Amino acid sequence: MSSATTAAATPTSTDTLLDFSNVEMTFPNGTVALHSVDLTVKRGEFVTVVGPSGCGKSTLLRIASGLETASEGTAELNTSRIGYVFQDATLLPWRTVQANVELLAELQWDTVAVRRQKAKEAIDLVGLAGFENNLPRQLSGGMRMRTSLARSLTLDPELFLFDEPFGALDEITRERLNDELLRLFTEKQFAGLFITHSVSEAVYLSTKVVVMSGRPGTIVDTFDVPFPMPRDPDIRFTPEFAELVGKVSHALREGHA
Amino acid sequence: MSTDVTIKRRTSRRGDGPAKLYLWGPPLLVFAAVIAVWYVISLVILGPEKNFQFPPPNEVFGVFAVEKTRTDIFSSFWSTAQVALVGLLIAAVIGIVWAIAMNLARWVERSTFPYAVVLQAIPILAIAPLITLWVKDAFWARTIVCILIALFPMVSNTLFGLQSVDRSHRELFKLQKASRWIVLSKLEMPAATPAIFAGLRISAGLAVVGAIVGDFFFQNGVLGIGALMRKYQSRLDNAELFATVIVAVLFGVVVFLLFGLIRRIAVGKWYDAT
Repeated sequence: MSSATTAAATPTSTDTLLDFSNVEMTFPNGTVALHSVDLTVKRGEFVTVVGPSGCGKSTLLRIASGLETASEGTAELNTSRIGYVFQDATLLPWRTVQANVELLAELQWDTVAVRRQKAKEAIDLVGLAGFENNLPRQLSGGMRMRTSLARSLTLDPELFLFDEPFGALDEITRERLNDELLRLFTEKQFAGLFITHSVSEAVYLSTKVVVMSGRPGTIVDTFDVPFPMPRDPDIRFTPEFAELVGKVSHALREGHA
Repeated sequence: MSTDVTIKRRTSRRGDGPAKLYLWGPPLLVFAAVIAVWYVISLVILGPEKNFQFPPPNEVFGVFAVEKTRTDIFSSFWSTAQVALVGLLIAAVIGIVWAIAMNLARWVERSTFPYAVVLQAIPILAIAPLITLWVKDAFWARTIVCILIALFPMVSNTLFGLQSVDRSHRELFKLQKASRWIVLSKLEMPAATPAIFAGLRISAGLAVVGAIVGDFFFQNGVLGIGALMRKYQSRLDNAELFATVIVAVLFGVVVFLLFGLIRRIAVGKWYDAT
């Protein structure tokens, strides 16, 4: 199933890229991280999961990517082209920006010419042209994250998994990267599953917001975000936006209590 | 106007003028103090009757003016340097390969790491004479002493480096289904290089000590620097002994600095070494 990425596949069968059905996750030490989670990510969707820290949000992504296996239930992935962006940029400090972005293509045994090309496109996409020969230590946190994004983009992912990627960045950098991400989303047509603990970031980025409660992590509410893509940054200051942020925050608080 | 010039010099490249003085001043001052104390002990406290026990600096450095002694010291130094270098090289290769094997297979680590610790705990002074009985060739017997003493830092540092890779980096490779070999060559080995070079510097110092200790047990053929020390010691040629010790110390210091430099060249760009 996971290799159903060829163009020949019928749209209906691959429309749902990720399908969680009644997923349970219990760690060997007895901690129940996830309880009865149903979640789908379809083509064209950008789903954001908000929840308090330690509610199992990250576990959700780890299961989706195959880094962990659910204790119960099924987690079906209908594509092999997945991008995974970690909480920190996870760049290899001895590699330049160019070499870091080439890494995944390199691990897939692409030829030098192919990975150069892929890296160049990705670096241009995230606006890092001119920084190819810099080492990670010479970059700001935001630029490191861009490099990390570019690295995943070389895989041309159908499904992008984000594990609180901008959590450690300052507000200004974070907002700018949010806009970049939205631009990439409309340009590259990937589906997204984004983890965050910022409600406004969640509403701004997504087509659907999923609210989780902690211990054990369960989905308490789901909100569709009606604002059209591409999104105007000023939408953040409209009453409709504020209202939705309010609703999500409310659901978050109730779930938490 | 003179102030202007001073300011310019201060803000120019480091190593200029006052900065240079700041860098070299204190150690040079200490050096001068050591020489002074040395003279006081030798000439004033001990006096000409007894100062053969502690010859004054001019006598010690005067040793290098005698051609025979000079050749003796430098040829023995070269003999020891070769042993140290070959010993270090072999210790590095064995240490790195051993650590990689331990890193690849848990059972290798569990079954052999304790013996690395045992190896390091062997009193080398006691075992060195035995090695001379087992290995007849003087060069290799000394080299083995050297390897024994230099091996442990290489093993433990390399292993530490290989195992200290970030979890998220490992997962990055795991998501691409990278083979064990790829993880080793593209992730673990590069990540371990700073630790390997740190180990190399420690081992280099130990290799010098090991070679000199090894020398003590070989009094035939080309004498090592340790053997020469022993000869001077037995003859109460204390000025020559001091001079030889100074050469040995300088050798150790140069090796330490050299491997610090090699490390900086190799990983300094991306790794903050202290």
